[in-house]
Amino acid sequence: MSEPNPTSAAGLPSEALAKEGNISAAEREDLRRHGILLTSLEELYGWGRSNSIWPLQFGLACCAIEMIAAATARFDIARFGAEIFRPSPRQADLMIVSGTVTKKMAPQVVRLWNQMPEPKYCIAMGACAISGGPFKQGYNVLKGIDRFIPVDIYIPGCPPRPEALLHGLTQLQEKIRSEKISGPQAARHLQPDAASEFPVPDYGAHDLQPPSNPDIFTAPVLPRKA
Amino acid sequence: MSLFPNMAVGPTVRAVHDEFHGDLLEVSMGPQHPSTHGVFRMVVTLDGEQIVKLKPVFGYLHRNHEKIAESTSYLGSMPYTDRLDYLCSMSTNWAYALAVEKLSGQAVPDRAQYLRIVMAELTRLVNHSCLVGFLFNDLGTSFTPLLYAFREREKILDLFESLSGSRMMCNYQRFGGCRVDPSPEWLAAAQALVDNFPRFLDEYETMLTGNEIMLARTQGVGRLDPAHAVNAGLTGPVLRACGVDYDLRKVDGYGFYPRFDFRVPLGAHGDTYDRYMMRILEMRESVKILQQAFRDLPAGPVMDPKAKLRGFRPKAGEAYGRLEGPKGELGFYLISDGSPNPWRYRVRPPSLINLTLLEEMCLGHTVADAVVILGSIDIVLGEVDR
Repeated sequence: MSEPNPTSAAGLPSEALAKEGNISAAEREDLRRHGILLTSLEELYGWGRSNSIWPLQFGLACCAIEMIAAATARFDIARFGAEIFRPSPRQADLMIVSGTVTKKMAPQVVRLWNQMPEPKYCIAMGACAISGGPFKQGYNVLKGIDRFIPVDIYIPGCPPRPEALLHGLTQLQEKIRSEKISGPQAARHLQPDAASEFPVPDYGAHDLQPPSNPDIFTAPVLPRKA
Repeated sequence: MSLFPNMAVGPTVRAVHDEFHGDLLEVSMGPQHPSTHGVFRMVVTLDGEQIVKLKPVFGYLHRNHEKIAESTSYLGSMPYTDRLDYLCSMSTNWAYALAVEKLSGQAVPDRAQYLRIVMAELTRLVNHSCLVGFLFNDLGTSFTPLLYAFREREKILDLFESLSGSRMMCNYQRFGGCRVDPSPEWLAAAQALVDNFPRFLDEYETMLTGNEIMLARTQGVGRLDPAHAVNAGLTGPVLRACGVDYDLRKVDGYGFYPRFDFRVPLGAHGDTYDRYMMRILEMRESVKILQQAFRDLPAGPVMDPKAKLRGFRPKAGEAYGRLEGPKGELGFYLISDGSPNPWRYRVRPPSLINLTLLEEMCLGHTVADAVVILGSIDIVLGEVDR
């Protein structure tokens, strides 16, 4: 019997299984050499989800061009199973907030997030989506999308290179693979009480109302030296 | 949202009753729509499938570029100009540098003038090839031409990156020259790229230009009449597709363009097909300009030694610098009061002004055609909304 490919399904991180005490990683590796694949439902679930992330086809500004570049031949996001950009939020798993979120656009971004079904993830791509970036002083610029929706991965850069987006994507895959399917540490979409929708801010006369969602965002306090 | 109750992004489709036309349907396309090239929104009123009214809504990417520039030094605004039209940072840089040089009477060395033309024409190649890719996306090819376009774009971006340190946001031009001098190896690589570019264009055209679906979808669609286009202030390939011979490279002769031998392609019908052909023909002319620039590139400094970048305070006055960007006339209007910041900083964005006739072009066509017409105008929302 030929040796199975070391990067096959069973080659995924096995710490979770090893920690249970049933079988060690070395034993599992030994079994795999004999063509016996061992896995847990949790691992299989995470493996499947992490390799078929469908992003929302949603570009805001400059970073969107790099997002498109990441989907083209040279960088080829399809290698990570995330090439199926869906224009409809109903079919998407991942929202890449690629660019400056203005106050006029913020309610739409939150609404799109609410329309995405669970499990869903959010990547803040670029300085603007993280904090407002170079346009932070602008009167119409939201100072970070994490004021309204929970962000899983932050990718710095202005704009980040496509490689940086791919790195962010692999980090997200790691995160998805490490999620539990039961217990108090279970993934957010498996917890009945966890919020999936967030209030859409109102585009008020002077600012967004409310200016941030206090449930998920607290302004950082910077200690100053006396 | 409450300011414009009719424009609220609630239910996107609602019926409008009109006693003459029966039931009309109002469809809101955008700001999240795969064909609007960013966060642009069109409120389209339909009679059956025909468009009877189209209202563009923009401002979803208004990030206060002009206001921020008024509280930033002249040089500090240069990186912001990169992000104005984020597909063509090099030409936007140049337009701003032109305006400031006009304001302060700054001279530019010969080598820098040539390098600026090299960068601007390379940018034109990037912009036009990507635009054609996006246009075909709107026609329903689903990515294939775009893959070819981005293959070429990556090659040019590699050159930009090795020169300026950044792929997209080059921040390369300065008042009185360019930031760095390209090495002979860089110039050789650029020359090789330009020499190979016509092969890409031939490949592209073989695939696209005579395509039957393409002809059926674009010929006679979105026709624009030249007088109307001139009255609305349209510029760039959209205007030239109507047959109006107006190219600032010839009209203004800014930089060293009068030294170059090139032609301005003109369309005859002003339809989407002509706008597509304008881009292809302009790329061929750009290749000619680039080859002449590489041939004649003089030695010398790339920055005027007397140029002052830090603590730069032009005398009180005003200046308008403009150039023929890939999308049309891109201008910067500056008013100085003698302080380190401009008192007023205004951008004339070609994308926004070319959008003004979108409704005229789309009336009577179907929604699917409106998408293609919008694609052929070539907008970048960073520039439309600023």
